[in-house]
Amino acid sequence: MSVSQNWRLERQRYRLQGEECPHCGAKIFPPRDACPECAKPAQEPYTFVGKGEIYSYTTVIDGPLGFEYQSPYVVALVKLDEGPIITTQLTDLEGEPEIGMRVEMVTRKLRTDGDEGVIVYGYKFRPLLLPEA
Amino acid sequence: MRDVCIIGIGQTPLGELWDRSLRHLAFDALQAAANDAGLAEAGIDRPDALFVGNMLSARTIDQAQLGALIADFCGWRGIEAATVEAACASGGAAFQAGVRAVASGMVDVAAVCGVEKMTDVGKDEITSALATAADADYEVVHGVTFVALNALVMQRYMYEYDIPHEAFANFAVNAHQNAVNNPNAMFRRAIKAETYNKAAMIAPPVNLFDSSPVCDGAAAAILCPLEMARDLSNVIPVRVLASTTGTDSLNLDDRHDMLSLNAARISVQKAYDIAGVGPEDIDLFELHDAFTIMATLSLEASGFAERGHGTDLARSGEIAIGGRVPICTMGGLKARGHPVGATGVYGIVDAVTQLRGEAGENQVQGAGIAMAQNIGGTGSTVVTHILGV
Repeated sequence: MSVSQNWRLERQRYRLQGEECPHCGAKIFPPRDACPECAKPAQEPYTFVGKGEIYSYTTVIDGPLGFEYQSPYVVALVKLDEGPIITTQLTDLEGEPEIGMRVEMVTRKLRTDGDEGVIVYGYKFRPLLLPEA
Repeated sequence: MRDVCIIGIGQTPLGELWDRSLRHLAFDALQAAANDAGLAEAGIDRPDALFVGNMLSARTIDQAQLGALIADFCGWRGIEAATVEAACASGGAAFQAGVRAVASGMVDVAAVCGVEKMTDVGKDEITSALATAADADYEVVHGVTFVALNALVMQRYMYEYDIPHEAFANFAVNAHQNAVNNPNAMFRRAIKAETYNKAAMIAPPVNLFDSSPVCDGAAAAILCPLEMARDLSNVIPVRVLASTTGTDSLNLDDRHDMLSLNAARISVQKAYDIAGVGPEDIDLFELHDAFTIMATLSLEASGFAERGHGTDLARSGEIAIGGRVPICTMGGLKARGHPVGATGVYGIVDAVTQLRGEAGENQVQGAGIAMAQNIGGTGSTVVTHILGV
């Protein structure tokens, strides 16, 4: 991935910034300018809180290029509290994850492109550090 | 619109074909299809157009523009030719482009070739290349592979419907059994459920036998209008009764209901309506068993099982030749092989073989209507064809 391709995604990767549809109120991630629910224009920025629960998960035993040094690692679908499901790695796990487990966003190194390439940072999710009220 | 027929089919063996280049594979399949159709005897020295299904050549062999390359390599310099790409549904999408061209009247004889060269690069590179079918910005950057995406679906499926992993075993057993009699298949050996149950996990719950193999291969078909097919002797014309495509979000995570395979529901419903048939009329179903979970969801989305009950058809043996809905009759993606951009055309070739009554030991008796389905990504593009004699 090029520097510009990553740079354009900064607000999503570092802040979970998506969109809120002014027509139907849907919370949208990733942002896409046309609401996936009502197909009307939706470009109002909305920053997600960054908490949710595990919807599904698996372990990548043999990672692709750029992830070799991380293998094995756990990837998951996380259902954010505001509705959307996102794809992410799980980190800071102690023991097996399970569907329904509460998780929260943290910022971590996602991948590297060799010695010369870009180091990509972005969101991963971990089990809640503090119990919820 | 004109009725369209398949008058010729051809294929290469599937496997690690290091001695054959992509252009040679395409040539072999297309020449076999042209000979099968008897084009030369009919005084036709070339098709009017060539539609190539391919996903990865720019990445695996540094080669794009396969339309011109293959047309020229076949001695057809000058004809209309281009590649159609829809990830693993590229073959089905290319075949559909050929059907549309002939149906419209703009092309009389169309050639379709699905071709893929996957084994020239190493495992890491092919894994990354396949991942380009997923969302680069929001899926792949997190380290998901195609196996992992299917694992996420399978894990959720097993959780929601309380299905044990063993329930999927017969998909692999059936595919391997059917490949034994297919001389072109990659894995021509039967396996037992025990082999499946003991196989190593590659991304739990997906194990080695839930997943189809990386391989090379090419398959081809020649299309023409029905009235022209009647003039060609020695050919059993197989009619294209329906040719449809449905799409869904590119991202798996963007679907409200990722177990529904909505793109398949869309394309199958349209296909049934156009052909005027229902699931009870389908004598065999060449579905897209890239992973056992995809076979399961495809059976459910295509009307052969209720949601959550796709594996029942495998466990009860209904998917075997002689069963209610025979699938993967020549080995499917699992055992025949899955050269991604070629797979959709292999499915058509296998269905035509059955409808002509040329499937030998694997013949589905009295096969009159067949369905072939080709899935791109995690169900982002689904192409469905219904064929009949």
